[in-house]
Amino acid sequence: MYGKGILKGLSVTWKRFWDTYLDDISWWVRGKKRYYTTEGVAHRSSKDARGIFTVQYPEEQLIQPEEFRFVPFLVFDGNEENKEVRCTSCGICAKVCPPQCIWIVRTNDPNTGKPVPQPAEFYVDMDICMNCGFCAEYCPFDAIKMDHEFAIASYDRNVYNLEKLLKPASYYAEIRPLNYNKEEEARKAKEAAKAAKAAAATQAA
Amino acid sequence: MTAPASTQTVDLVARFPDSVTADTRPGFSGFIVKKENLVEVATAIRDEFGFDLLSSVTGVDYLAENMMEVVYHVHRTTGGPGLVFKTQVERVDPVEVPSLYSVWVGADFQEREAWDLLGIKFTGHPDLRRILMWEGFEGHPLRKDYKEGFFEEETKPFKSRWPDGHHNYVEFKNPYRDNLIFPEGFDPDNYTPKNEDDLYFSLERSSMKKAEGDLNTDHIVVNMGPHHPSTHGVLRVAVELNGETITSLKPVMGYLHRNHEKIGERNTYLQIMPYTDRLDYFNSMANNFGYAIAVEKLMNIPVAERAEYIRVIMAELSRIQNHFIFIGMLINDLGSMYTPSLYAFEERELILDIFEAVSGARMMCNYFRFGGVVRDIPADVLQKIKDLVFDRLPAKIDEMERFLNENEVLVGRLKGVHVLNAEEAIRHSVTGPVLRAAGVPYDLRRADPYSVYDRFDFDVAVRHNGDMYDNYLIRFDEMRQSLRILEQALKQIPEGPINSQKPQYQVRVPAGESYGRIESPKGELAYYLVSNGKPNPYRYHVRAPSFINLTAVETMCKGVKIADFVALLAMFDIVMGEVDR
Ligand code: SF4
Ligand code: SF4
Repeated sequence: MYGKGILKGLSVTWKRFWDTYLDDISWWVRGKKRYYTTEGVAHRSSKDARGIFTVQYPEEQLIQPEEFRFVPFLVFDGNEENKEVRCTSCGICAKVCPPQCIWIVRTNDPNTGKPVPQPAEFYVDMDICMNCGFCAEYCPFDAIKMDHEFAIASYDRNVYNLEKLLKPASYYAEIRPLNYNKEEEARKAKEAAKAAKAAAATQAA
Repeated sequence: MTAPASTQTVDLVARFPDSVTADTRPGFSGFIVKKENLVEVATAIRDEFGFDLLSSVTGVDYLAENMMEVVYHVHRTTGGPGLVFKTQVERVDPVEVPSLYSVWVGADFQEREAWDLLGIKFTGHPDLRRILMWEGFEGHPLRKDYKEGFFEEETKPFKSRWPDGHHNYVEFKNPYRDNLIFPEGFDPDNYTPKNEDDLYFSLERSSMKKAEGDLNTDHIVVNMGPHHPSTHGVLRVAVELNGETITSLKPVMGYLHRNHEKIGERNTYLQIMPYTDRLDYFNSMANNFGYAIAVEKLMNIPVAERAEYIRVIMAELSRIQNHFIFIGMLINDLGSMYTPSLYAFEERELILDIFEAVSGARMMCNYFRFGGVVRDIPADVLQKIKDLVFDRLPAKIDEMERFLNENEVLVGRLKGVHVLNAEEAIRHSVTGPVLRAAGVPYDLRRADPYSVYDRFDFDVAVRHNGDMYDNYLIRFDEMRQSLRILEQALKQIPEGPINSQKPQYQVRVPAGESYGRIESPKGELAYYLVSNGKPNPYRYHVRAPSFINLTAVETMCKGVKIADFVALLAMFDIVMGEVDR
């Protein structure tokens, strides 16, 4: 019969239409909110999602996985008054950056003229950054990390300087808890090993 | 030593002692053919040795040796390793090499590209015009002595970034024109581009002749695109029409051209990785895969066992989402907007969620590294992949088939339209699902297995009519086979490290050449690399499947209605990021 295939196809559309309302009702019966809640969004991006699928941005937002990356930021320890910048201005991130959008001025000791492990200036041209994540991946000091903040459109050019790039380690721990804990543990283990070695050395002496 | 792209199972030197020599440069392989005998040798390679598929044609500019080299990679559609042969000519203008168009029509666009970017003139080519740059462009940008606008330094990393990197806008430092070299007597300010007579003449040349006794009608030329909703991006097609019937047609591309290969040659090996994401932006995982294989071949390093499985899982997930999109977009181009394509997008979104969780980005994944991948799949994400592969996707593929396959309108539009037979497909170097729908079971995962594909049990999807409907159905077959591979990979995936190498931002690559190819969802994606031992590749070439598949469009379209042509473009599943590079 001509038209049977079309009807068969329409049954799929029809089923999807009802699925939306069936799910709405079942959420309502269970006393849960399906829209504008994290739980609802999580359900709509899980394998059980059926019926309506759309996430109503910006009222709702997809849940960002820990590894989500946008543009980089620099991490500092300590507090707002006394920022201990982790970056040593070793320049690896500037060398690995594919579009070459990181610019670093190294600090030189005014008396000796020797380099000091501390950036004097640090720029990232966010208009050029291709969000690849290499800088964060290859920084040996865990000093530069990828941010979750993505709404940075503006009317001007976005060249971030040190002031705009620096964010506290607590912020980093908040957006990437697993990575943060892993790195902290590695750091502690390293320090412990160093201390043990030093202790052994003093004992031997 | 690097594994050569071709093992010397074929002894061309014995067959042509006078005109062929083996390429003995360290790290290189294959044969060097004298330019005078090129066509003769190529014909023998095709007819006597059975290499029926011309995979890639490209050139390399050896500036220091004052030599240009044209490199040909050919393969057998029955499988097995390929053969590479080259021809070398002195680098004096004009650099002339005989065209192999008469042997493999698939050389058409690739020779035009080599002419456009490297300035190698292929004598005997029927339509040697620029293809990616515009008519009237001066110079050949892939030549080693060409400097692009805003040129800073030969290679990255640039010295101005560290240790004294005061931020600077490139356009202030290198104002346009200041670092460009123009030909003698060329004034860019008073330049008016040539009109497009060349294009229209070429349309005329290849136009079908009228049969005796037909009405005497005028043909009209219609330009579709470059901004046309049905051309999948900025592709322009000049069509000559007789009524509604196409008599001649030429695709015009390059609107998205950024000279990916030149950028690659300025980058270090690692820095190219995120750029490959931007080729076929639907399948960045597949693009990464091919590039990683090419570099690993050159470096001669193993890949960590677990990483091999992760790579396969990612590549197959990528294929599934690509084919979902294909189906959605095909229906879209046939005029049924929104519903089917949005159903397709749902599954794609779920797969992109996985990509985002493992790699950090939904589309620009940048996930592969030489010797492995960036990071392991977290346990919860692995669970999600399993949920999708074992529960959801099989049911959704069935649902999609129920939804569309028997739809009378769809079948009417697709069945028996645009038949591409096997011979024509091979002659035009068409690869991927389009070739398999024409009845040639040529799938690199079987024909020349890479990574760990030889460990999985799956069938090569193949259909035999070569029409649009088969092209549509074969996507479903392929998704099912991908699910089979995924099921096995997910069961077999071992524990262990995810990279065989230490993380390095500057890899050491020995001198030599390599050709890494994979079966991407669109066809054979290959990377040709030449290294001279420096941190940057000397030559970096991408064999883009969508670009080369387009070679067949002209032949396929003659004599059909213009409305069906729109569907044909969708069938080739082209992505302009890859076509234009
Ligand atoms: S951010 Fe890291 S890689 Fe970059 S200069 Fe500072 S310490 Fe070196
Ligand atoms: S994310 Fe990539 S492009 Fe952006 S600053 Fe870091 S290295 Fe450069």
